[in-house]
Amino acid sequence: MELFGLGIAELRKMLEKREISAVDIHNSVFNRIDAVEGRVMAYVTVTREKALEMAEQSDKELSAETGKTLSGIPVAVKDNICTKGILTTCASKILSNFIPPYESTATSKLLGKGYVLSGKTNMDEFAMGSSTENSGFHTTRNPWDTDRIPGGSSGGSAAAVAADECIAALGSDTGGSIRQPASFCGVVGLKPTYGRVSRYGLVAFASSLDQIGTLTKNAGDAAILMNIISGRDPQDSTSAPVDVPDFTALLGEDVKGLRIGIPKEYFVGGIDPEVEQAVRSAIKQYEALGAVPVDISLPHTGYAVAAYYVLATSEASSNLARYDGVKYGLRAEGKDLLEMYMRSRAEGFGPEVKRRIMLGTYTLSSGYYDAYYKKAQQVRTLIKNDFEKAFGTVDLIVTPTAPTPAFKAGEKTDDPLQMYLADIFTISVNLAGVPAISIPCGFTGGNLPVGLQLIGRHFDEGLLLKASYAFEQSTEWHKRKPNL
Amino acid sequence: MKYEAVIGLEVHAQMLTDTKIFCGCSTKFGSGPNTQTCQICIGMPGVLPVLNKKALEFAIRTGLATHCTISSYSRFARKNYFYPDLPKGYQISQYENPICEHGHIEVVVEGEIRKIGITRIHMEEDAGKNIHEGGGNYSFVDLNRTGVPLMEIVSEPDMRSPMEAVAYMKKLRAILRYLGVCDGNMEEGSLRCDANVSIRPEGRKEFGTRAEIKNINSFRFVEKAIEYEIKRQRRVLEDGGKVIQETRLWDSNRGMTESMRSKEEAHDYRYFPEPDLVPIIVEQSVIDEIRSGLPELPEAKMKRFVSDFGLPEYDADFLTSEKAYAEWFEQAINEGCKPKLASNWLMGDFMRLLNEAGTSIEEARVKPAAFAELLKLIDAGTISGKIAKTVFEEMFNTGKSPKEIVAEKGLLQISDESAIEKAVDEVISKHPGEAERFRTGEEKLLGFFVGQVMKATKGKANPQVLNDLIRKKLS
Repeated sequence: MELFGLGIAELRKMLEKREISAVDIHNSVFNRIDAVEGRVMAYVTVTREKALEMAEQSDKELSAETGKTLSGIPVAVKDNICTKGILTTCASKILSNFIPPYESTATSKLLGKGYVLSGKTNMDEFAMGSSTENSGFHTTRNPWDTDRIPGGSSGGSAAAVAADECIAALGSDTGGSIRQPASFCGVVGLKPTYGRVSRYGLVAFASSLDQIGTLTKNAGDAAILMNIISGRDPQDSTSAPVDVPDFTALLGEDVKGLRIGIPKEYFVGGIDPEVEQAVRSAIKQYEALGAVPVDISLPHTGYAVAAYYVLATSEASSNLARYDGVKYGLRAEGKDLLEMYMRSRAEGFGPEVKRRIMLGTYTLSSGYYDAYYKKAQQVRTLIKNDFEKAFGTVDLIVTPTAPTPAFKAGEKTDDPLQMYLADIFTISVNLAGVPAISIPCGFTGGNLPVGLQLIGRHFDEGLLLKASYAFEQSTEWHKRKPNL
Repeated sequence: MKYEAVIGLEVHAQMLTDTKIFCGCSTKFGSGPNTQTCQICIGMPGVLPVLNKKALEFAIRTGLATHCTISSYSRFARKNYFYPDLPKGYQISQYENPICEHGHIEVVVEGEIRKIGITRIHMEEDAGKNIHEGGGNYSFVDLNRTGVPLMEIVSEPDMRSPMEAVAYMKKLRAILRYLGVCDGNMEEGSLRCDANVSIRPEGRKEFGTRAEIKNINSFRFVEKAIEYEIKRQRRVLEDGGKVIQETRLWDSNRGMTESMRSKEEAHDYRYFPEPDLVPIIVEQSVIDEIRSGLPELPEAKMKRFVSDFGLPEYDADFLTSEKAYAEWFEQAINEGCKPKLASNWLMGDFMRLLNEAGTSIEEARVKPAAFAELLKLIDAGTISGKIAKTVFEEMFNTGKSPKEIVAEKGLLQISDESAIEKAVDEVISKHPGEAERFRTGEEKLLGFFVGQVMKATKGKANPQVLNDLIRKKLS
C-alpha cells in the first residue's frame, strides 16, 4: 500500500527502522492531495512548504535517534484550532485573513511530539452545521460518494482522513461534529470527555460543549493522539486535573463480560433501516466477543436537541460578539462605527451563523432567560443524570452515531431543522460531557459507511478505545477505502 | 412637603494586583497606549481567561473587612454589550453568585455612628478607555486598562444625605487603603462611584423612583451631584411631575446631572454564567487564613482611640481615616504627647499646612518625635502656645528641631516676673483710662491689657504670669 494509506502506528514502525523517511511520507501525502483534493476539497489551507520543513526537521531528528512519537506524521488540523503564523479561518469570511500570533495547546503538544502539519481543514462556519455546507468558502465532498457531504462540522478533517489526504486529523465536537462526519466518512472519531483536552486556542462556538478530539484511520491511532493532547492545561480553567493514563496500553485486552447498554430511545422511528441493521450486527459482534448487552433507558433523550440548541446558541451569541471588524478579520466600511460593525457582521457571517446568533440573543434576553436558558440547563442536568444512572448498570452505551448515512449535498440546506436532527444521537453526549467514539461498523447497499457510537463514563476514554480496538480486530470495516 | 433622600452607592475599586484579572499583563497606570495587552485581554479568537488568585484574595479581604459573608460557592457571568472599549463584546463579571454579600460599614456623621449596609461585593474586569482626541471623525482605544481587576461594592439604600454618602465613600476608601487592595485614587479612576438617588415624603416607607448618577470622580462631586439630584427631583415633584427611572450623567463643569438614557433605553445585558471559568469554591480554611492576615481596620482603630486615648469620636474618626494619620498620631503618643492635644494639632495646623503645601503626611518633614519635643516645650513653659504655632510652621518647612528654631529665633517664653512687670507698667501708664475702668469692675478689659503686653513682648510673655501681674497691678 502507498504510504498515504497507512496509519500512525504503521508509519512510525517504518520510520524507526529507517525503511522510509519523513520526506517520503510528505511526498506521498502531498501527491495524494494533488490527486484527489480537487474532488474532495477537504482543506481550506494546504501547508505544503511548511510541512516539508517540518518533515525535513523530523528526518534530522530521526537520524540523530531523537525522533518523537509523531516525527514525520502529517496531521491535518481543523480550521478552528489556532496555529501560530498559519491562517485560521473557522471557514468564515469574517476571519478569512486571520493569522493567529499564538498556538493552541493541542497543536503545541503535537508540535512537541514532532508532527507535520499537512494543512487546515474545512468545516461548517464556526463549527455550526452537520455537512460543511455552511463553510464560507466551499463544501467538502464525501470521499465515498462525491455527490454527498462528509458530515460536519469537522467534515474536512473526516474527509481528509478517509481520502488519505493526511494520516490523522484533529477536529472539534460540540454536538457531534467529530463523530457524525467520522460515521459518514468511515473513519474513527473520538470526542473526549469535556475537560480532557485543553480548549485553549480552539475558537469558541459553545464553550461549555466544545471539545477537541481526533479523527483517525483506526482506534490505535486515536489512542496515540489522545496520549499526546490530553491533560490539564493551566491556560484552560475548564480542563480537568485528572491523570492521563497510557491509552495505548489497554489496547488488545478482551471485552469479555463488558456490559454494553442498548438505550431504547436510540432505536425508534426515523432511523435508516440499513443503519439500524449495521448497528444491530455490530452489537451481535460484541456479544460474540463476550460482551453482555443490556437494555437500558435514557428517558430524557427526546429533549436533548431542543436543550442543546438553546444552550449552544446562547453561548455562541456571546462568543461571536468579538467579531466586529475592528482589530482583525473582515472589515466593511460604514459611515459611522455602528454601520461599520453591522456591515462587517452582515458580510462576514453566513446565514446559519446569523440564525444561531439571533436565536441565542433571544434565549438570553431578559424575560426569556428563565423559560429558555435556565430550563435548558435543567434539562441538561436531567440528561447528565440519565447517563449517570445508566452507567450504574453498564460499562458502555452503544448507539448508531447518526440516524442516516451521508446525505446528498443540498438535500437539507433549505430545512435547518432536518439538518439539526442529523445530530440527534450525538448531542446528549456533549450535554452530559461524557466521552464517545464513532467507529466504522458496516456499509449500506450503496457503499456508504455506517458508524457505531460507543459512549463511556467521564474520563473513561481508555475503555472506549479498548472496546473499539477489540471490534476492529474482529472486523474489516475500518480497512475499506473509498474508490477515488 | 418635606422630602427625605434615599441614597445607595455603587463603587468600583481597581485592585492593586501586579497583573490583570484573567491574564498576565501588567496593571501599571500611565504606560503607552496598548503596550500592556495580550491576546487574552484583547479578546482574540480562541483564548481563555484564567482567574488571578490575588484578585480573589483581595476581594475576600475586602469582604471580611466589611463584615460580609464570603460565598463558599461563587461564579463569574458574562455581561453582554457592544462598545469599542470592550474587545470581547462582553465583560466578565459576577451576577447571581457574587463572592461577598450582606456586609456593612460604620460611618460617623455629625458625631453619630451610622451603619451602612453592603449588599454585595463582586469581582469583574475593567474595560479599556476610549480617547477622543485629534478632533477628527474618529476616536482612539487604549486597552491597557482592559482586564484590570475591579471590585464592585454595592451599598444598601441606607444613606439619607449627601454628607452621609461622602462619609461612606471616605470610610470605604480608608478601608480599601488599609487593606492595601486599592490605592483609592479617584483622579486616576482607581476608585469610581455611581449613585442611586431617590426622594420620598418624610415618613413614607416606600422608596421613590430612583435615578442612577454616573461619572462622579471626586468626593466633592459625590456631595455636589447628589445634592443637585435631590433638588432636581424635589423640583420635579413640587411641579406636579413624576421622577422617571433613568441613568443620568454628572457634568462637573456645569454642576448638574443630565439624562443619559431612560429605563426603556437601558441595555439588556443578557447575563449568563461564564462557561470559560469554573465556579469558585472557597474553603473555610482559606477564609480563616485571610482573616488572620487582616490589619487593624479604621473602625476598630477608631474605637480603640476613643477608649484608650479618651478622644471624641469625631477626632478618632478623622485620625483613623488614613492609615498614615493614625500611624503618625500613635507615634506621637508613644513619644509622650497628650492625646487630645496631639489630635488638635494634627487636625488643625498640621492638616492646614499639609493641604497648603499639597504634600502627604508620609512626605512631611516634621516627624512625631520632634512634634513631641515641641509639646514638651509648651508644657515646660519654655515657649507659649501661640509661639508654638510659629515654631511648628518652621518645623514643617525646614524639618529642624523645635529647640533649634526657638534658639535661632529667640522665641523663648518670658516667665521672669520682673521682665514682664516692666512691660505691664508701661502699658498701664499708656492707658490710664482703661486702667481706671478695669479697677471699677470692667473685667473684660483684662483681654485688652494682655493683648497690649503680648504685642510689646512679641507674644513671648508667659500668659499665666502676665494675667496674675495685671490683676495684681490693677487691684
